[in-house]
Order: sequence, then structure tokens, then C-alpha cells
Amino acid sequence: MVRLGALAVGLFFCIAVLWGAVQPRDAVPRDPIKEAHEHPEQIAWTHNGAGNLGVFGTFDRGQLQRGFQVYKEVCSACHSLNRVAFRDLAALGFTGPQIKAIAADYQVPSVDENGEAATRPATAADRLPLVYANETAARAAQNGALPPDLSLITKARPDGTNYLRSLLLGYRDKVPAGLTASPGLHYNPWFHSVFIAMPPPLVADDQVTYADGTKGTKDQYATDVSVFLTWAAEPKLEARKQIGVASILFLLIITGLGYLSYKKVWADIKGKGKSA
Amino acid sequence: MSFPWAKHYQPTSDLGKYMDSRLPLPRFVHGALGAGYPTPKNLNYFYNFGVLAGVALVVQIITGIILGMHYAANTTVAFDSVEHIMRDVSGGWMFRYMHAVGASFFFAVVYIHIFRGLYYGSFKPPREVLWMLGLVIFLLMMATAFMGYVLVWGQMSFWGAAVITGLFSALPIVGEAIQTWLLGGFAPDNATLNRFFSLHYLLPFVIFGVIILHIWALHIPGSNNPTGVDVKGPQDTVPFHPYYTAKDFFGLGVYLTIFAAVVFFAPNVLGEADNYIPANPLSTPAHIVPEWYFWPFYAILRAFTTDLFFIPAKLLGVLAMFAAILLLFFLPWLDTSPVRSNSYRPLNRILFWVFVAVCLVLGVCGGKPAEEPWVRLSQIFTAYYFAHFLIITPLVSRFEKTLPLPNSISEAVLAKYGKPSPAATAAGVGAAAPQPAE
Repeated sequence: MVRLGALAVGLFFCIAVLWGAVQPRDAVPRDPIKEAHEHPEQIAWTHNGAGNLGVFGTFDRGQLQRGFQVYKEVCSACHSLNRVAFRDLAALGFTGPQIKAIAADYQVPSVDENGEAATRPATAADRLPLVYANETAARAAQNGALPPDLSLITKARPDGTNYLRSLLLGYRDKVPAGLTASPGLHYNPWFHSVFIAMPPPLVADDQVTYADGTKGTKDQYATDVSVFLTWAAEPKLEARKQIGVASILFLLIITGLGYLSYKKVWADIKGKGKSA
Repeated sequence: MSFPWAKHYQPTSDLGKYMDSRLPLPRFVHGALGAGYPTPKNLNYFYNFGVLAGVALVVQIITGIILGMHYAANTTVAFDSVEHIMRDVSGGWMFRYMHAVGASFFFAVVYIHIFRGLYYGSFKPPREVLWMLGLVIFLLMMATAFMGYVLVWGQMSFWGAAVITGLFSALPIVGEAIQTWLLGGFAPDNATLNRFFSLHYLLPFVIFGVIILHIWALHIPGSNNPTGVDVKGPQDTVPFHPYYTAKDFFGLGVYLTIFAAVVFFAPNVLGEADNYIPANPLSTPAHIVPEWYFWPFYAILRAFTTDLFFIPAKLLGVLAMFAAILLLFFLPWLDTSPVRSNSYRPLNRILFWVFVAVCLVLGVCGGKPAEEPWVRLSQIFTAYYFAHFLIITPLVSRFEKTLPLPNSISEAVLAKYGKPSPAATAAGVGAAAPQPAE
């Protein structure tokens, strides 16, 4: 009975699914967006360490500070970084007084002595403030588009660090045949729909004057800010790898000892088998 | 518990004797995982995965309890509280990555454990109840993992919850009402998140309870082994402790090393980038995909694209997806071959590996967008999935010529180590004679 029932159920599902398999498929029209779409360019990052494998590697503090400068002078006009607190910037190599000075340049919402809404200079304990009070305000100011918060952007996109760098450098004037840019959109084959509302943020090679004297190029800005935002999305990256290396070493030793004791415990059983 | 030659627990210290006559917990452990459990001496490394699954559950429970101390199950702050754990809680990033990666590893271990059971016929009499309890654990794991994924309240959490609860709406008449009842509303919202958190915290302990039953059911007949031949006497077994505790310790070391490598060097490699975007009910992701361990079942769900008579395609897909798991409960009565181990079933062994390949292809299809060639591929392989269990297996188990079985485990072990076996009898062939199903 069980097998007869199984046969009936099996035939039912097989016929039902294969009936779908033999149906003719609609011809899939060419998708010019898919054809134009580009995959992120792969480059070596210091935080990915030897072989770009992601096992070793630390952030370059100077590069993080330069990336923060690019974020501050370019990106932060529209994009917030609201999950990062000023105190976190210590990881970039800033000292306590430097962080206080950076924070004091920002205004954060507060209440005055009468309980009225007001603003005050930020402190190290505050998070980087929002650019717009809410989504509606952002869309109203940005022609209907919403500039996302950048705190997690490199983790919220596949291959995020490479993606971000490619995107920032990826604006093209020439739109391929078959595609037309709607007003207010810009052609960028690295964006998922290849048309992005964000205007090219990096326009000239001397747009940002680096404090450390590094020569400012568009490529340098895009690379530096991609590293900075990778840190912002994964601030514990260095601690994670350090603990990882230590853990793996510990586990390898323990496992090796475990293997030796396993062999020793079993020696009499396996030995008997061999000699008998 | 199982064999008369099992070592009896002898308390040596005064405290041991005192406890043994009041709460014999040490005696219980001795019999369950200690020297009092005679275990076949020929178990290979695939038999490590039961213990590994137990450890994986404990890792999930411990990390989960710590995460629960900092997580807030409210739609307005759930995503923020996860980021708070990642950034501000001491070691929070580590516990969260261990928990997320740990779920994947738990499933990987359990899948290997299940396929090991399939290969060596561990579901066959007298271990049917043991097998079915394992399937109950598997179903509970799937529910727990799904609800845990929703707790993050990212884009994939939200839309995954919408899609999976939406499956129930395919049921005729009562479907919509069931979906509303599950969600606590008409769409995933705060009521959904709260109940999922509550159940996500509860179910692991239910799993723990069923695992105790699973181990109890294991100890009545004792462990199966790679020959599938019953234990005949003391020469076939070794005490679990120290032999298998030592082997499991080594296996656990290997497992934890691989686990640590992923947790610390590639913690997001198994996840979807979209889940780092906060949930947005107004914006549907381009591709809604579940976590990798659901991909084969997701492929089966989406493989049904045409209505059959009066049954809509969506309902067929939902029924097939549930049937794909539930049919495993009937496997002991579908595969009636008296030979357990595929080592002695030449035809079934090939079919086993074909089936493994089919599951892997279905997995790949389930992770791809619903477009050609993936849809047609998943349709063909879904058909094979059902045919394998419901048509091919019953026939093969009836007509297959099996190889001669060794007389005993110890004989097989001696043969493996170079000593010619005294008399490989035709017992296996004789035992493979057709038997009625009932």
C-alpha cells in the first residue's frame, strides 16, 4: 500500500512539474540594461592583506583620514553617516582633542533651556548627524531621489568596496544604443539599473586638497573614500582578523593534539587488526 | 542500555556513590555518551556529524542568548539594535557573526548527517523512529532559522517573511486566513517580528528536547555502521568513551577550525548583501532569495509553473515543497531492501550519488533568479527528486542484486586491514530476496 501510494504521489508531482517543463517559453527580449551592466573592477586593498584574500591586512590610517576628508567635503553634502559616532574616529588615528574639534564643526538637534527645539555643537559621544530630517525632506531636496545613509553601504552591495570605487569612477557620457537617460539621471554602467540619480560626485583631479600632501586625483579620491566607508561599515575588521588568526592557531594546535590522542587511544584496536 | 556487555557504571568516590543512589545523573551520562555505550568499532568520519550537530546547536543557543540581551524586537529599532551589537557591544560583532555563520554550519552539518543516514541505510529497521525524530529536528531547525533571519529586519528578512508566509495563502479557502493569522496582520509588521522573536527563542529548546529523544532512540538499537551489519557481539564494539570521545574531539577541532576561518575572515560570504539594507515595505528587492540551505526547496517551490486541471501552479509548488520533506518520513517503508549499507548495493550506490548531484543542482537553481535555463533545469531535477524517492527507490530495493555481506563487523574490519575474510557468505544475496511492502 505504501509503495502504491508513493507511486501515485510520485507520478502526480512528476507529471505536474514536467508539464511545465515542456511548455514553450516566451522569447526573452534582449535586455540592454543587463548587457550594459558592468561588474566591479577588482583591485588590491591593504585591508584585504596578502593576496587580497581577506585573511590578514589592516587599514592604512592615512588613507582612512583622507577618505574621511573626501566624505566630509564631497559625499556629506547629501549622504549621512549616522551609525558612526565621532568617538569612533579614534580608529582613524585622530587624537581626543582632534575628535572634539571635528565634532564641534557639526550641529546636532537639541533643546534649549526653554525646552524649545534647538541645535548645539556635537560632542565626541554624538553620531554624525543626519543631512535631512527625514526621507520626505531628502526626496524634496533631491529631485525625488533618496541619498542612502552610507554607514553600511559597502556591506549592503555585493563586492561593496570594489563596487563603490567602480561606481564613483564609472560615469560615462556616451550612453549605449538602445538606452536613453531620463532627465535627471546619469549613465553609470556599474549601477544596477545603469542610470543613477546621483550626479558625478568626483569631477576634477584637484577637487579635494589633501592635508597630508597626497596628490589628489579622482582615482585617489574614489579609492580613499571606498576604504573609509569599508571601515565605517565594518569598524571591527582589524580586531576580527587579529582574533581570527589567534583562534585558528589555537584550534590547529588543539586539533593536532586531538589527532595524536585519537591515534593513541585507537592504537590497540587498529593495531590488532593489522597484526592479526 | 543496548547490549548486555555494556560496561556498568561503578561510582568510585563517596560523592559518586552518594549521588548514584539519589540522582544517578553520572550513570545516565556514562550510559549515553560514556564507556557504558558500546559502539560499532568501524565508524568512519561521517559518523562525527551527529556530535558536530549537537555542538552547533549549543553554539547557537549560547551566542543567541547573548545576542538576545542586546537585541530589541521592535520594527522601529530592530535593525539599529543589530548594528548596535555589531559596533558598540563588547565582542558583539563576534557573537553575531558566530550566530549567523553558525546557522549555515548547523545546516551543512545536518545535511551531511542526513546523507550519511541515507547512504548507510540508517533509517531502516529498527531505526525508523530514530530517523523520523531526526526529520522532526530538521523541520524545527528550518522554522527556527527562517524566523531568526527575519529578526534582523533587513530587506531580505522582510521580503523573505512576506514570501514564506505568502506560501500559505496558496491553500484553498483557508489560505489567506492562515497567512493573516501567522503574520498577526496583513503584512509583516511589529506583531510578526515579536512573535518570531518569541518563537525563535523557544524552538531551539524544543529542538534540544527532541535531540534527547533522538539519542534515546539511538541507544535502543545502537549506532548503525558503514557495513550496515548488526552488531553480533563484544568483538564488534568499543566503548564510546574513550574511543569515540577521542575521535569526536579531533573531528570537532577540524570543524571549529573551518568555522572560525569563515567567522573571522569571511563572515558575510554566506549572506545576502541586501540584508544590510533596513526593511522597506515600499521597495521590493530585485531577487528575493532565502539563505543557501533553503535553495533546493525554493527551487522545487518555483518549479511548478503551469496549472494542472483545477490546481493552480502556486498551490502545486507549495504542496511539492512540503511533500519533498514529508516524504522522507515514509522512506523506511519505500526502501525495503534488507541490506542497509550502499557499500553492498552497487546499483543503489550509483543512484545515491546521482541523487546528491540532483540536490546540488536544485540548490544552484534555487539561488538563481527565476529565468531560463534555471527554471527548466529545476523542473527536470524536481521531477527526478520525487521519482528518486517515490518510484525508483521502491523498485530498486525490490529487484537489486546486492553484494555478499560480511558475517560481522569485526570480520569486515579484519578484511579491510589485509587479512582475508574467513567466509564471505552469500547471506547478503539471500537476504535481498523480494519482500512484500507490508
